[in-house]
Amino acid sequence: MSAPDVPTRGPARVAPYLTAGILVAIAIVMPLTVPLYARATPALWGIPFFYWYQLLWVFIAAGLLAVSYALVTREDRRRRAAVRGAGER
Amino acid sequence: MSAHLLSLVTGTGPDASGHRPVNWVALIIVIVLFVLVAVIGFLASRWRTEASARGLHSLDEWGLGGRGFGTWVTWFLLGGDLYTAYTFVAVPAAMWASGAVSGFFAVPYTVVLYPIVFILMSRLWSVSHRHGYVTPADFVGGRYGSRWLSLAVAVTGIVATMPYIALQLVGIRAVLTVLGLGSNSNPLMADLPLIIAFVVLAAYTYTGGLRAPALIAVVKDVLIYIAIIVAIAYLPAHFGGWGGIFDAAEKKLSATNPATGAPFGAVIPGVTGFNAYWTLALGSAMALFMYPHSITGVLATKSRNTIRRNAVYLPLYSLMLGFLALLGYVAIKAGTNPVDTNGAINAQLVVPQLFLDAFPSWFGGVALAAIAIGALVPAAIMSIAASNLFTRNIYRDFFKKDATAKHEANVSKLVSLIVKFGALVFVLGLDQSSAINFQLLGGIWILQTFPSIVAGLYTRWFNKWALLVGWAAGIAYGTITAYDVVNPATHAHFGGSIAAFPFTSTTVYIGVTAFLINALIAVVGTLVLRAFRVRDTGDATRESDFDADENDPKVAEIERSEPLLEP
Repeated sequence: MSAPDVPTRGPARVAPYLTAGILVAIAIVMPLTVPLYARATPALWGIPFFYWYQLLWVFIAAGLLAVSYALVTREDRRRRAAVRGAGER
Repeated sequence: MSAHLLSLVTGTGPDASGHRPVNWVALIIVIVLFVLVAVIGFLASRWRTEASARGLHSLDEWGLGGRGFGTWVTWFLLGGDLYTAYTFVAVPAAMWASGAVSGFFAVPYTVVLYPIVFILMSRLWSVSHRHGYVTPADFVGGRYGSRWLSLAVAVTGIVATMPYIALQLVGIRAVLTVLGLGSNSNPLMADLPLIIAFVVLAAYTYTGGLRAPALIAVVKDVLIYIAIIVAIAYLPAHFGGWGGIFDAAEKKLSATNPATGAPFGAVIPGVTGFNAYWTLALGSAMALFMYPHSITGVLATKSRNTIRRNAVYLPLYSLMLGFLALLGYVAIKAGTNPVDTNGAINAQLVVPQLFLDAFPSWFGGVALAAIAIGALVPAAIMSIAASNLFTRNIYRDFFKKDATAKHEANVSKLVSLIVKFGALVFVLGLDQSSAINFQLLGGIWILQTFPSIVAGLYTRWFNKWALLVGWAAGIAYGTITAYDVVNPATHAHFGGSIAAFPFTSTTVYIGVTAFLINALIAVVGTLVLRAFRVRDTGDATRESDFDADENDPKVAEIERSEPLLEP
């Protein structure tokens, strides 16, 4: 093809992506594990557990994604800085 | 969103005439807000455009709003785009008619949606930014070097989007009905407000492109948040608290449906409904960002991380959707009577009717305007997305390879008018239930583009022909299986979106089964083609494209500074 591929980022470290990956996976699996929450009690203000558990996950999932975002963007900045430091002509 | 809210039109027992007097106060509020929105829509073409870009002479400008939307604009735009008027009408309607499995799954669906978006969409943004891709089919075409696979993705996107636009009209129609318009004595007069609304919408989409729905979405979202916060703060207490509301819902839903001999539904799904519940949620979440209108919203953002930040903030809309769903139960307790103009019960009228019954007319008008404007935003974005697909992946790829940016924009603008006209004919000509059926199928179909698009974001391992055959198999299985689902009450085909998983009696979302068949064929097909050493080349992308950010050079710039080494 055309000019050689110039990486936009340096090599990745495993830890931040692994941690973020686990958090994201939790946010997908927990709201979908129906047997865990398909029951009426304990009710909250008269709302059965089934309903308020799922609404609660709106907040938890957003929180998990916020942490993942911080982890991933910090690593992203480091990787971009690594390329700029080493590869600048 | 929400493809699967079936059996919305429950029993057809004749009721009182179904005539409503026109609610003038509410109607005037709706008209005033509609005019306000139309003015904003027409001014939108001047918003954030440089003098040289006036007239929006490229798809980047017209179809993607200049590719410069930041976090806030994107939050409103995607919020307005994904949480449509039809959702606002259909989710509580499904709760009202049959309970959690067909209604409340929308909440886990829109919760698990954002982790998926978080993972996938920044890679799609990066590669599209580098190469100037406007549609998902552009990416598939570039990645696999195959305009046929690209065509498959484009046609699926267009066909899945059309009935979705039509359903937005169904949402507007529900509002007009409870306002007292649309009594069926004179069909032309009954449909006239709908036609006027859509002609105005078509006009400002033509002139303003994606900027129009982006600005209007701000008005729509503010109105919707006001309506729902007020409703949730006031209504439950007014009707005796959540405990009483859930008791009333339990009583209504556990009663036996005379047409089927089974209960109408359940407040809390039983064991047999578990797999249907989570596959509906997961399958719908995987499908939503394969829809062209969602990807249009992503590609219109400014930087790689805009969409990720939005994955953190957008769930606020899901919370609102959850409360809105619960209004379906509030309506049960309130004894809302959603009788349509023909005297039949139409569950879709439940929420508009509840607002008009429980609040002063002026506030009812605000809530109804929010729903009606909520239909205009996604309808505009969907028509833009569908016309971009047509222009780039059918017209340019197959008929006019040397189309200039300006020519593309002109074609796309024109097609957006045709698309909207088609949706209007769809709703006025065909009956409402066929729009719902096609929308249901559309969700299953669009999920079949997932392997090509998502696998392509990570690997070029799959063979393009294997992907194409997998796509066809998934579409065929999904369509046939959905056709075979018969509504037990009306004996009509396309009676729902869940069916038994092959060789088991476990019922799951048809789209997920079709997706598994599709993916399996793509894997096996690729292995077979590799075993026979079938050549599969052509990939315009490079590894570094997938993590490029806004300040990284685009492909066109790279090739200018570092000319081709060798063809």
